[in-house]
Amino acid sequence: MSIESFAQTLVFGLFVGGIYGIAAMGLALVFGVMKMLNIAHGELVMIGGYVSFWAFSALGLDPFVSLAIVIPVLFALGLALDRMVYRHIVRLLGEEKIKNSLLVSFGLTLVLQNLAQSIFTADERSVQVAYAGEGLNLLGVTMPYTRLASLLIALIVTLALNYFLHHTYPGKAILATAEDFEAAELTGININRVYMMTFALGASLAGIAGTFVTFTYGLSPSIGIIWTLKALIVIVLAGTGSILGAFPAGLLLGVVEAVSGAFVDPTYREVVGLVMFLLVLILRPQGLFARK
Amino acid sequence: MKANSIRQPSSISFFRWLAPVGIILLILFAIFYPKQIDKQNIWNLFFLICLHISLGQSWNILSGFAGQTNLGHAAFFGIGALVTRTLWLAEKPFVVAFLLGGLAAVLFAMIIGAPTFRLRGAYFAIGTLAVAEVLRITVSQNITLISTLSGLMIANYDLPSRYYIALGLAIATTGTAYLLLRSTWSLGILAVREDEEAAQATGVHVLRHKLLALALSSFFAGLTGGVFAYQQISYYQFAPFNPVWTFDALLITFIGGLGTLAGPVIGSIFFIVVREQLAVNLVEVHQVIFGVLFILIVLVFPGGLVEAWERLKKLVFRKEPENVRIS
Repeated sequence: MSIESFAQTLVFGLFVGGIYGIAAMGLALVFGVMKMLNIAHGELVMIGGYVSFWAFSALGLDPFVSLAIVIPVLFALGLALDRMVYRHIVRLLGEEKIKNSLLVSFGLTLVLQNLAQSIFTADERSVQVAYAGEGLNLLGVTMPYTRLASLLIALIVTLALNYFLHHTYPGKAILATAEDFEAAELTGININRVYMMTFALGASLAGIAGTFVTFTYGLSPSIGIIWTLKALIVIVLAGTGSILGAFPAGLLLGVVEAVSGAFVDPTYREVVGLVMFLLVLILRPQGLFARK
Repeated sequence: MKANSIRQPSSISFFRWLAPVGIILLILFAIFYPKQIDKQNIWNLFFLICLHISLGQSWNILSGFAGQTNLGHAAFFGIGALVTRTLWLAEKPFVVAFLLGGLAAVLFAMIIGAPTFRLRGAYFAIGTLAVAEVLRITVSQNITLISTLSGLMIANYDLPSRYYIALGLAIATTGTAYLLLRSTWSLGILAVREDEEAAQATGVHVLRHKLLALALSSFFAGLTGGVFAYQQISYYQFAPFNPVWTFDALLITFIGGLGTLAGPVIGSIFFIVVREQLAVNLVEVHQVIFGVLFILIVLVFPGGLVEAWERLKKLVFRKEPENVRIS
């Protein structure tokens, strides 16, 4: 394998990793703050994809422009789901909460996936923009504009989330609730609102990832579980509870998958990620990047 | 009040009779009713119910009794189906293939059991989900052909004999779960479910009890897969590894009642009958309905139908003691 094709593999791994990172960040936010494991996160990615696809086919919007519709729609969906379902379990304690959230979101997976199937049919869809083939050529490494733009947006979103969490009042309220919800409540934070906003933010992040999925992979109602697993792998790599660590961990997973796909066998790309996930979970449960 | 206190013991002895009589009637019904009607769709319906009873009950042994939520149950089912089918089509006697299928599932379970049991609660759940996905992807990459019976086998195909094997397995699985609950092992297993640290502190060997529950659970899941492989005329070899089999086991057990003996039985009768009814009219919507039902059960009624029945019984007795004889 020449240096150029290796560099090409690495770059594409980074592009894919950006999508993994942004998808996992939503899950990590919900997991870190609400201490709930939302198996239906991949389903939110899928719905975000369909909203973007709809905006493209019905309104003729460019996928990147359609983010202006996808984000608010998924935010509203997140609010509704929190209100109807997750509100009832977020006040449970410890192990019971995480187990119940797992079960409830599993039920939600069935509901959302089959609703999507009856509304959008099981056909695989994808969005092809006019400039899909164009790209930058740097030292023999091709970088399509669509991929480059999605990685850039993922990076911007990560930085924006970082700013929001650490430098604004509502963001600090979210972090405080994540650390100790009882103390946060005592200081006058409305933690119900914090939970609602956290879940809606997580859903919006899933929607952004879903928009990227429409033009990099195919879109079908059954992709949910794949993206849930990817996001789970990434948050375990990042260390559970680390929200912003999900982005570098996503990049890492993308690169590892791409390289192993190039060296071993492309069909085992998925297996490599899952095996890495199991090993980290068993041997280093605090995550690869955790300080302690 | 006095009348009530006299009636109460009589009602208890009445219910003590009810359970064994009901079970015997149910088994007799399951044996003779399909023979009486002798229609293809009835045989099929009863076969599916029995298959899902063993599937749900085997999941229940590990997840309901020992409290380890296993999201990789399809892996055991799939291994049982794969091994049984391969050996059976290679002209080995079915009984040998069937038992080896179950044992292969146990072997796999023991290999993955020790490391995954280091994970607690939800981490165990997602860990087993990952293991099952690894296995599913590996199998579907390597065995891509449809497995079909030969012409001679199809000519001699006999659904009723498959049904009676499935019925026997359903009874054996539930019976084993019953014997397990009656044994002293169950004390340790239930203790692990309630509080792992406390169980450890009182001297329960946690890992050993978890592995016992896992071994029984995977053995019967493997046998269930074997029955599936024996019944199907043609299917993709990777189909039994589909996570749908885990989800069905989960739905059935939760609808019926997690951690109860009767739960998976009631759950799968309900699940299969409703599913077959809905599948006729509303093809895709039936999963949505089960999803919503599942969420409601977890949120509002964590005990499932069994608990609903218990509550109803209490309600009836407390408010209207006259109803004792009627119910």
